[in-house]
Amino acid sequence: MLDVLKFKKPETTEKGKGQIDVEGVSITFGKGPDAHRAVDTTDLTIKAGEFVCILGPSGCGKSTLLNAIAGYVNPTEGAVIVDGTEVTKPGPDRGMVFQQYSLLPWKTVYENVAFGPKMARQTRIESGSVANTFLELVGLKKFGNRYPAELSGGMQQRVGIARALANYPSVLLMDEPFGALDAQTRLMMQESLLDIWRKFETTVVFVTHDVDEAVFLADRVLIMSAAPGKIIEDVTINLPRPRSTDMASTDEYVKSRQFCLDIIKAESRKAFESQNT
Amino acid sequence: MAEAATTQAIEPEVAAPAPVEPSVRPAKVEEGILVSFVRRHGPSIGTAALSLLTGLVLWHIATEINLKLYVDFQNVPSPARVLTAFWGHIQTEIFWTHIGVSMRRILISYSIATALGITLGLIMGRSKFARAFIMPYIEVIRPIPAVAWIPLAILMWPTEESSIIYITFLGALFPIVLNTLHGVEQTPEVLVRAVQSLGASRWDVFRHVVIPAAMPSIAAGLAIGMGVSWFSLLAGEIISGQYGIGYFTWDAYSLINYQDIVVGMLVIGFLGTGSTAAIKAITRPMLAWQKRTR
Repeated sequence: MLDVLKFKKPETTEKGKGQIDVEGVSITFGKGPDAHRAVDTTDLTIKAGEFVCILGPSGCGKSTLLNAIAGYVNPTEGAVIVDGTEVTKPGPDRGMVFQQYSLLPWKTVYENVAFGPKMARQTRIESGSVANTFLELVGLKKFGNRYPAELSGGMQQRVGIARALANYPSVLLMDEPFGALDAQTRLMMQESLLDIWRKFETTVVFVTHDVDEAVFLADRVLIMSAAPGKIIEDVTINLPRPRSTDMASTDEYVKSRQFCLDIIKAESRKAFESQNT
Repeated sequence: MAEAATTQAIEPEVAAPAPVEPSVRPAKVEEGILVSFVRRHGPSIGTAALSLLTGLVLWHIATEINLKLYVDFQNVPSPARVLTAFWGHIQTEIFWTHIGVSMRRILISYSIATALGITLGLIMGRSKFARAFIMPYIEVIRPIPAVAWIPLAILMWPTEESSIIYITFLGALFPIVLNTLHGVEQTPEVLVRAVQSLGASRWDVFRHVVIPAAMPSIAAGLAIGMGVSWFSLLAGEIISGQYGIGYFTWDAYSLINYQDIVVGMLVIGFLGTGSTAAIKAITRPMLAWQKRTR
């Protein structure tokens, strides 16, 4: 009963926040002859509230680009600008969800979600009610007192999403968050992510190598090619929202999916040929 | 950790543990501390007791028949004689003074070693420069046995007491430093990044990620360090002209009082075991998450 009283409806993030401008960004690791250019000069604008998927093969630099937006990696050239401020380091305005389970194993599920609000100097009661709100949102309120390792993979990723959202970030960055999950769980997670996104209207940048996932989730799919990583196509997905998994048979879905596949196929053929000459 | 994560990954959602009532852990039937202790540790305690008893019997037989099989038991006091000597000693005040003085030395040395060892280990783990700067000293000094320090310790330190504490401290220091360092180096980078994106400062990263991640390794270092400090204490107390269980043992050797040598040895052994167990008990609550993880 008490929990019901404490429940606070999630506030949505400020409207119009979460615009990302990637301006002439290139990222090179190492120096001299060993230098590896992970991301080639890239210009990109992601509008506030947009759901964008970056699609590409492993090692194409899509995670590196995401890490630059997160502030873990500084661009060698150019700048990433979020809501008019240049990104120099990680911050709570850009929530991050990782592929590997990144919950703190020594904190309970509840403490993990309350961590961001606690860092923001909220009182114990405030951060606690935020944590409960978000655990409720991802349907895991009952598991608050468990340690992360006591939860299944899908549940852990839901906690990861709740934890990132608990700071009300204007941008949610997701690095192949469902890559390690089994197919059924992944489908369920994709639907519930869209649900959550609709409530929050934050900008989402979602990295994946799965064409279906990208087409199902995104407003825009940015297709990247490897060595050096470069966005070669910007595909707008016109599937109506709210989306559900049974849209996979609609014409628009099939068309978009085929379009993306064709580009990827052409690109990998090019890469294959250049390796052989 | 990584291994645990992959096994988790292939588990379907339904494999999740059964739901628990919100905000309360499942209420266990309250049972007395003693009852639950015996239930949990009873069988292993039984085995340990049996093992010790067997050793005692074998020791008794060996001394009784004056076993001489390369190892010579002729001058080894029997368990009964040692027990009698022990019984006599525990009724004297001086014996308790010996034990008290030794425990005080251990407490002081070990506390300093813990504070300095964990601090050094954390700093070395997070700073490449500090690591490269301090490591040579650790590598060179670590293999030097405690006994070898005696002359220099006497020359360096103003009082006998401080030189004993120095030698004991040194023994405990290295396992603590090295284990802490090892633990810090194992901090998963993804956790550091995750909390940075949640607004954690450098200090928050240290407090909420680096230290807890290193904790299992630190706890192991603390337990090993406690054992080694008793080990070193004996060497240090050779200097002592008056008190300490190490001195007691050394003195018994000088006086060719065989049963007292064994009394001293066993007392050191049991005190070492007891204090290591105490350290484990103190660090256990900090590792509770690990137990439930497995």
